Amino acid sequence: MGRIDLVAIVVSALLLGYIIESVRRRRLREEYSILWLATAAVLLLLSLVRPALSILASALGILTPVNALFVIGFAFMTIILLHFSMVISRLSRENRELAQRYALLVYRLQEERALREPGEPDDAVTVVARQAITGHIEGGV
Amino acid sequence: MQRQRIVAIVPAYNEAASLPHVVRDLRSSPLGLDIVVVDDGSKDETSVIARQLGVAVVTLPFNLGIGGAHQTGFQYAVEWGYDIAVQFDGDGQHLAREIPLLLGPIENGGADVVVGSRFAIKGHGYRGAPARRAGGVMLSVLVRLLSGHVYTDVTSGFRALNARALHIAAVDYPQDFPEPESLLTFRRYNLRVSEVHTAMQGRVGGISSINLWRAAYYMIKVTLALCIERLRAPLRGV
Repeated sequence: MGRIDLVAIVVSALLLGYIIESVRRRRLREEYSILWLATAAVLLLLSLVRPALSILASALGILTPVNALFVIGFAFMTIILLHFSMVISRLSRENRELAQRYALLVYRLQEERALREPGEPDDAVTVVARQAITGHIEGGV
Repeated sequence: MQRQRIVAIVPAYNEAASLPHVVRDLRSSPLGLDIVVVDDGSKDETSVIARQLGVAVVTLPFNLGIGGAHQTGFQYAVEWGYDIAVQFDGDGQHLAREIPLLLGPIENGGADVVVGSRFAIKGHGYRGAPARRAGGVMLSVLVRLLSGHVYTDVTSGFRALNARALHIAAVDYPQDFPEPESLLTFRRYNLRVSEVHTAMQGRVGGISSINLWRAAYYMIKVTLALCIERLRAPLRGV
């Protein structure tokens, strides 16, 4: 077993451990951890089981087995990045829809408030609406 | 026939300076338009000024870009029961006295969407910088190839939509640079789009030809969006 094999084992084991720990601490949602876990697990498995890596390498026509690890890792990264781009696209769409819905609701609130008697105390919703109108959003993004 | 309720949708991003002029122009129209300003997350006093002018103001919490702002206006028009909406830019490049030209084809039932074109009559109207003009021609050709229909001014944001078109655009409308792409979106729902000649002011709004990178990005983004838009099917249930 060469030094590179040891490095591969250690690195993929650390990656796997870090991902599991992040999910445990709720810093990474299960939903988004699946692809990462699969990547780390496959890399670890292939680094541990030399024959499996060799078979895979020859099947792919790769002369140095350890290069197969890079190929597999790269393939997983591509899938993960594409997946994240899709998630971001969905989030930005949902974000836009929320902003639109919110702006129209604030307008409706204002209209209804304008119909009420002057001097009537503001309810909580109106306070929030006023903050929104003055362009002041607590907490930031 | 019952009187049509018409709203002018004025998307405004940092337009506090030109907004009073735009609102005054719209109010001079004998059509009795309602006006809604969609403040697209402006950094200046756009919302405050608009409210002082006494028009309806819908304030987006952050900048969505022109497509998102237009769409918010369409949603407003649907929610408050308007029959027709007119897209009217907040920078003063459109003329209120030309709105009746847009309404004609809708009111006689000939179109669902009417676009005010600066180039509908050859040799007339506004001419922008050559590069800008060339970009417009390229997009026109592309839209013609993809839709099979001739539009002389695909980047015009001076438009009128009837209730049917509004219901669709409220839920399915392109973002970022929506004008050329939305022509294909409308066709996807079999909406009838027609053009009328309008003069408009000469002001160069939107994409400045000064910034080459932005212009290049605009062309690439819109070209890609147009090609992909052609591959889409209508949303279910719209």
